[in-house]
Amino acid sequence: MTPASKAMLTKIVVGAVWLFAVVWPMTGITPQGFEFGKAISIVGFAMAAVLAGLGLWKLRQKLDAAGFKPFTALANRCCGMPPWLWRGLLLAALLAFPFVSSRYGQDVAINVLVYVTLGLGLNIVVGLAGLLDLGYIAFYGVGAYTYALLSIHYQLSFWLALPLCAVMAAAAGVVIGYPTLRMRGDYLAIVTLGFGEILRIILNNWMQLTGGPNGLLGIKPAAVYLPDPENGWEFVRVLLKSPEAQYFLVLAIALFTVVSVRRLADSRIGRAWEAIREDETAAAIMGVNTFALKLLAYSLGAVFGGLAGAFFSAKMRFVSPGSFTFIESAMVLAMVVLGGMGSVPGIVLGALALIALPEVFRDFENYRMLVFGAAMALMMLFRPAGLIPAKRVGRRSEEAHS
Amino acid sequence: MSAPILELRNLSAGWGSAPAIREVSLTVERGEIVTIIGANGAGKSTTLMAISSILRPMSGQVLYEGADTASVAAEKLPAMGLCQVPEGRRIFPRLTVAENLDMGAYFRKDGDAVRHDMEHVFELFPRLRERRDQKGGTLSGGEQQMLAIGRALMGRPKLLLLDEPSLGLAPLIVEHIFAIIRRINEESDMTVLLVEQNANLALGLAHRGYVMETGRISMTDTAENLLQNPDIRRAYLGE
Ligand SMILES: Nc1ncnc2c1ncn2[C@@H]1O[C@H](COP(=O)(O)OP(=O)(O)OP(=O)(O)O)[C@@H](O)[C@H]1O
Ligand SMILES: [Mg+2]
Repeated sequence: MTPASKAMLTKIVVGAVWLFAVVWPMTGITPQGFEFGKAISIVGFAMAAVLAGLGLWKLRQKLDAAGFKPFTALANRCCGMPPWLWRGLLLAALLAFPFVSSRYGQDVAINVLVYVTLGLGLNIVVGLAGLLDLGYIAFYGVGAYTYALLSIHYQLSFWLALPLCAVMAAAAGVVIGYPTLRMRGDYLAIVTLGFGEILRIILNNWMQLTGGPNGLLGIKPAAVYLPDPENGWEFVRVLLKSPEAQYFLVLAIALFTVVSVRRLADSRIGRAWEAIREDETAAAIMGVNTFALKLLAYSLGAVFGGLAGAFFSAKMRFVSPGSFTFIESAMVLAMVVLGGMGSVPGIVLGALALIALPEVFRDFENYRMLVFGAAMALMMLFRPAGLIPAKRVGRRSEEAHS
Repeated sequence: MSAPILELRNLSAGWGSAPAIREVSLTVERGEIVTIIGANGAGKSTTLMAISSILRPMSGQVLYEGADTASVAAEKLPAMGLCQVPEGRRIFPRLTVAENLDMGAYFRKDGDAVRHDMEHVFELFPRLRERRDQKGGTLSGGEQQMLAIGRALMGRPKLLLLDEPSLGLAPLIVEHIFAIIRRINEESDMTVLLVEQNANLALGLAHRGYVMETGRISMTDTAENLLQNPDIRRAYLGE
């Protein structure tokens, strides 16, 4: 047995024991006495999944070594295709999705796309600029309430309100970021956590404006003007209420986010964010205005949270503080970390994994958060840089030597 | 005669509430190589961080090209020609060599000249050219030091602050790096303020030197005189 596979085996055994220690007390200690079956089956499933994953991985390595490289060949073929072609195919698939999917599938897809937008927004802050933000959902809330209030009190159309939601979220980002971004690391995380909670408490208590815990009702859905074939192709106002319509709306927002975040990451600003993430003092010595750029990362991240929030409120036609709890922030952060910080496809996959998978495993319901936590921990053991690590994430010198 | 490029007047600065350097005064004239030597914890790096405005003076002044830098933000200094190669290199480990060099020219808008300067850095350090698309963190210690110096050169400094470029490197690489420092000083007329623990090497390269002990300047002289000073030889050259 090679040392590497020995180390892997140790990891798996330790992982299984640890998972059992976490799962058993919650599932096995009952008023009727101790019970082991459930915990064992959960651990068994988890380990089977890990082993299957590892097996596939090994198989791929073996095949690679044997010169049979279907994945690499496929990847080469994909990369050999002009980018516009595979982008076009992907887009076509995304556009066709609602027509081949059930109502339920559409709902899940809408949810995934909302979280893709949130994940990519948070990725600017966490993945690019390297600032740990535990209160990101506050900006989702700002966007949602901004559209809710504008729609209820001023009957403002969704399209006019959308940029205002982005501006309000960005302003909230500046207001929260200005006093906090001078802090580093752990302190920043704690303070952003606090601000996230403050926002939720304000929403809960500012009765006249927000309706408190009862939330706000009567928000208008988004509307578009489309030519109506039955009415002599005259333009008529269509409310985007059906799941298909909402899917296309959020798809547009998510695609806009993907394109913007990609561009930002490749820009001079993106490079400066990465430098700050790597070594803030060294970045300052290179002439990077670290404070202004961190504030920019924070408020640009907030913009996408605000857009997602506006969509959320137009879709639900109801908002209440209950949708903007810490657990949501944690969820979005988990997507970013799980998927691979700084990597756009990784975050899309992370959102898929965290939203779609729990839907698949509905049975877990009560243990969802537990399974979720366990999955995160195992992930960190086996793929510490995320499912699809960002391309530029190389190994640090210390790691390379160890 | 024009003002010295750098002058510290009774500068006190530090990381917490107590100053780590006290009443430090020194001058660096244009075109000179000046070194600060001293033992661990003497306050050499603190001095450079105060010059780069990362630390603010508790009292006293930093004059760069005759002007007080108290109101100048740290990130404005590279554009004014003051660049630092910080202690421990501090390159950006997950950016490639070329991206690291680009960061050194972050404030510059003259793209063509930046590309030209990168070529120049690659001429000075051919190993960097071979590794231009490799992550900074995967370079060897010596290559990282070359990258750190190259990155600072990308800002076209008038005054280059160098903090212990010899740290942890094999003698041959140190010699190579010191030869290049001398070359850029002579060819590009770049002023250098060099902090070193390796007093022998530093005094061999520099024109003048300052000796720092527990946060204060204890002695200053020409490099030759310092090299011959028996106290210095005993304390810093291991005799
Ligand atoms: N980042 C920091 N935070 C807090 N204190 C620091 C920091 N850097 C240095 N100090 C303190 O400042 C004092 C002077 O340290 P400094 O790094 O300036 O010494 P040095 O002369 O550069 O030493 P060396 O040759 O070991 O690099 C020391 O007491 C040190 O503990
Ligand atoms: Mg030092």
